[in-house]
Amino acid sequence: MKRSILVFIVLLGFPLVMSAMDNLFYVSFASRVIIYAIAATSLNLVLGYGGMISFGHAAFVGAGAYVASICIAEGVTSAWLGWPAAIAASALAAWLIGAVSLRTRGVYFIMITLAFAQMAFYLVNSMKAYGGDEGLTLPQRAELGLGLDLGNEVVFYYVVLFLLAISLYGLHRVMQSRFGRVVVAIRENEARAEAIGLPVYRYKLVCFVIAGAVAGLAGALLASHGKYVNPNVLHWVQSGTLMIMVILGGVGHLWGGAIGAAVLLGLEHVISDYPIPWLAAVAPNYPQHANLGVGLVMLAIVLFAPHGVAGLLSRRRGA
Amino acid sequence: MLELRRVSKRFVGVVATDDVTLEVKSGEVHALIGPNGAGKTTLISQISGTLPSDRGEIRFDGRDITHARPYERVKLGLARSYQITSIFKRFTVLDNLALAVQARSGSSFSFWRPVSRETALTDEARSIAGEVGLHEKQNALAATLAHGEQRALEVGLALATRPKLVLLDEPLAGMGPEEAQRMIALIDRIRSHVTVLLVEHDMDAVFRLANRISVLVNGRLIAGGAPETIKADEQVRKAYLGDEVAA
Amino acid sequence: MSWILILEQSLNGLQFGLMLFLLAAGLTLVFGIMDMINLAHGSLYMLGAFIASTLVQATGSFVAGVLLAIPATAILGMLLEISVLRSLYARDHLSQVLATFALILIINELTRLLWGSDAALPMPQALSGPVELLPGLRYPAYRLVIIAVGILVALLLFILVTKTRVGMLVRAGASNREMALAMGVNIKTLFTLVFGVGAGLCALAGALLAPLFAVQVGMGENILILAFVVIVIGGIGSIRGALVGAVLLGIVDTIGRAFLPMLFGIFFQPRVASAAGPAIASVMIYLLMAVVLYFRPQGLFPARG
Repeated sequence: MKRSILVFIVLLGFPLVMSAMDNLFYVSFASRVIIYAIAATSLNLVLGYGGMISFGHAAFVGAGAYVASICIAEGVTSAWLGWPAAIAASALAAWLIGAVSLRTRGVYFIMITLAFAQMAFYLVNSMKAYGGDEGLTLPQRAELGLGLDLGNEVVFYYVVLFLLAISLYGLHRVMQSRFGRVVVAIRENEARAEAIGLPVYRYKLVCFVIAGAVAGLAGALLASHGKYVNPNVLHWVQSGTLMIMVILGGVGHLWGGAIGAAVLLGLEHVISDYPIPWLAAVAPNYPQHANLGVGLVMLAIVLFAPHGVAGLLSRRRGA
Repeated sequence: MLELRRVSKRFVGVVATDDVTLEVKSGEVHALIGPNGAGKTTLISQISGTLPSDRGEIRFDGRDITHARPYERVKLGLARSYQITSIFKRFTVLDNLALAVQARSGSSFSFWRPVSRETALTDEARSIAGEVGLHEKQNALAATLAHGEQRALEVGLALATRPKLVLLDEPLAGMGPEEAQRMIALIDRIRSHVTVLLVEHDMDAVFRLANRISVLVNGRLIAGGAPETIKADEQVRKAYLGDEVAA
Repeated sequence: MSWILILEQSLNGLQFGLMLFLLAAGLTLVFGIMDMINLAHGSLYMLGAFIASTLVQATGSFVAGVLLAIPATAILGMLLEISVLRSLYARDHLSQVLATFALILIINELTRLLWGSDAALPMPQALSGPVELLPGLRYPAYRLVIIAVGILVALLLFILVTKTRVGMLVRAGASNREMALAMGVNIKTLFTLVFGVGAGLCALAGALLAPLFAVQVGMGENILILAFVVIVIGGIGSIRGALVGAVLLGIVDTIGRAFLPMLFGIFFQPRVASAAGPAIASVMIYLLMAVVLYFRPQGLFPARG
């Protein structure tokens, strides 16, 4: 708990430092990292703690992003309407997809969530009214009122940081509650959980829906941040990316999603924006092939460090 | 209390349980014996609901539970322990038992209040731990327990749901003589408030504990009745007991 | 709406379905026997197409290029299996998903480095014309060849799996791995072989479909999802299920895309029809999957009882 508070203090001071340096680009970049941290944290609930390997989580991020975007595009610019609508939409999507998928298990479950998410991708892709495959550009970010202008990068940063804090604290409380116990027990030994009288399917579904709802919030924030949304947000490669973040950061650790998002996006930024001379000498176009590095790193992590960064950290503290 | 009528289950090419009709009376310890592969665990799975029956009817406490889901049967008071230990390895003994108590008491759709504050759950878990002889080890991780202790936890989990009838599937499996005595004593203690259907290979335990015995061979019930009758039964001797058992 | 059109679209569906079967067959065996999720299966399909395009250019012959691409890809597949995939069998599904996902990224980029983002594999001249099947029904010769090859391979696979000893071992492994191991089957070698055959089938599909669709990096991912849907519908571990699922999916998808917008146009206003029609058509196969799963969660022909 103390470490978390310390991290938040640092994060609170960050934009002030950047403003002083007149560098708002990094504040905006940090906001993006925080938004992905929220998305990855929601996946951590379902995947890390719940053990449900959902390969379609991007669908919920996308549902939230699109609903929030459509609201703004249609003139409903208030975040107090748009964001709850996004959350409700993705919760509904999670309920529908989860209700069918959670009746299966193992390999079937993974493939079905993947297939449903891809279905959502194709659906959104064919919505010509909202941009189709070209996506939808928004005239502005959502409006919060209360004297807070989300168009201001620093303000936006604090708002998303606040939401991340709530998400993490919420996850913390949920995992300590009765519900959290049940979720972990189901992951540990589903058959026995049912044998002591727990209606397992119901708990898994609720967990799935909660994760979907939080993912929807992340999606709404993402849409406002870039003032743009396109079907790629729902593509299964995005789902894979979110999974990488969770594994990288540490499955089942509170900060796993956040750490993973920070590391992955940070690496991506460094590789594309900072030339590495010796690499450039060997392969001049290397930033275009950044995925090769990502793939190799990921493969290495899966094969050699399955508990991710948080796992390594907690082992060093002797935890 | 528990009635099975013509319960059957077949897998591809193999008949696991065949037309089994038996009755477990309230308050008794009813033993189910038979050679390996006779279908005893299959029958237990059918009773607990994890394996759907192809044919037949199962009635518990007057109700037809043939199509009830496993967790519904538990709610009605029918619990089960497993032949191959199936506990929550990464929970402590107390947490294992507290979970079962939690499952029984109120809804687990509670998202905010920390479970650790619910002293009622921990208190009851502690008393069950005492009942099964795990008081010393209540804070140990289940994975670190010795085999016999894990089997005790296995039974404890079933008991924590406060069942009316408990299905014990080979609780003495893999136990040394001392551990076995403790388990037998445990079953003797619980029989005053729980009806028991006991599947066992350990004949010493069976004859000490059982009010009645049913014998399952190749999926069919070939004999049933008081222990002396079973001991003397020719068919049972040939199929299972052999002639070493003293008359 | 003429019968000719329906027949033509049905043949298209059959053709696509048969090629999908080639991918699904290998994939379903990998799942069935080794309980392993291999997302990189689509990459083998892509590699097959790229390798075929190079070989066709090198040899100047379409047939030679395609035929040589099959063993080349099979060998690559087996090398991949021996080096990386073997260490994943014992791991949990999540690790398998992530590792094979990483492989997709790696293979895609390596392909881009070696070939560029796309390649060309043009249709052979001799087959580029139409054939008159029935009076009024002229169907492209090339697509007919694909259908013929697809049926032939399906037959060969069935003979291989049902009549040979190797096939029997494969089926035993698919329905009950522990039993197969107990029978003394050398699972490791058997598996590498099965993987190699799967890779070869992928290459054949990739090479044959290349003149019809584009050969580009990323083509594997799109068809992989379809292969997954086929397996889920057909039942994991079952080749028969893969065939039925693939053909069903191919026909439903093709006919859906061709006729649904038209059908919608009859019943609904043009604005609604032009939006909803294609949208629903593209998700027909997922709806099919959901319906099948609702009634048979294990698929139509699950290999395991």
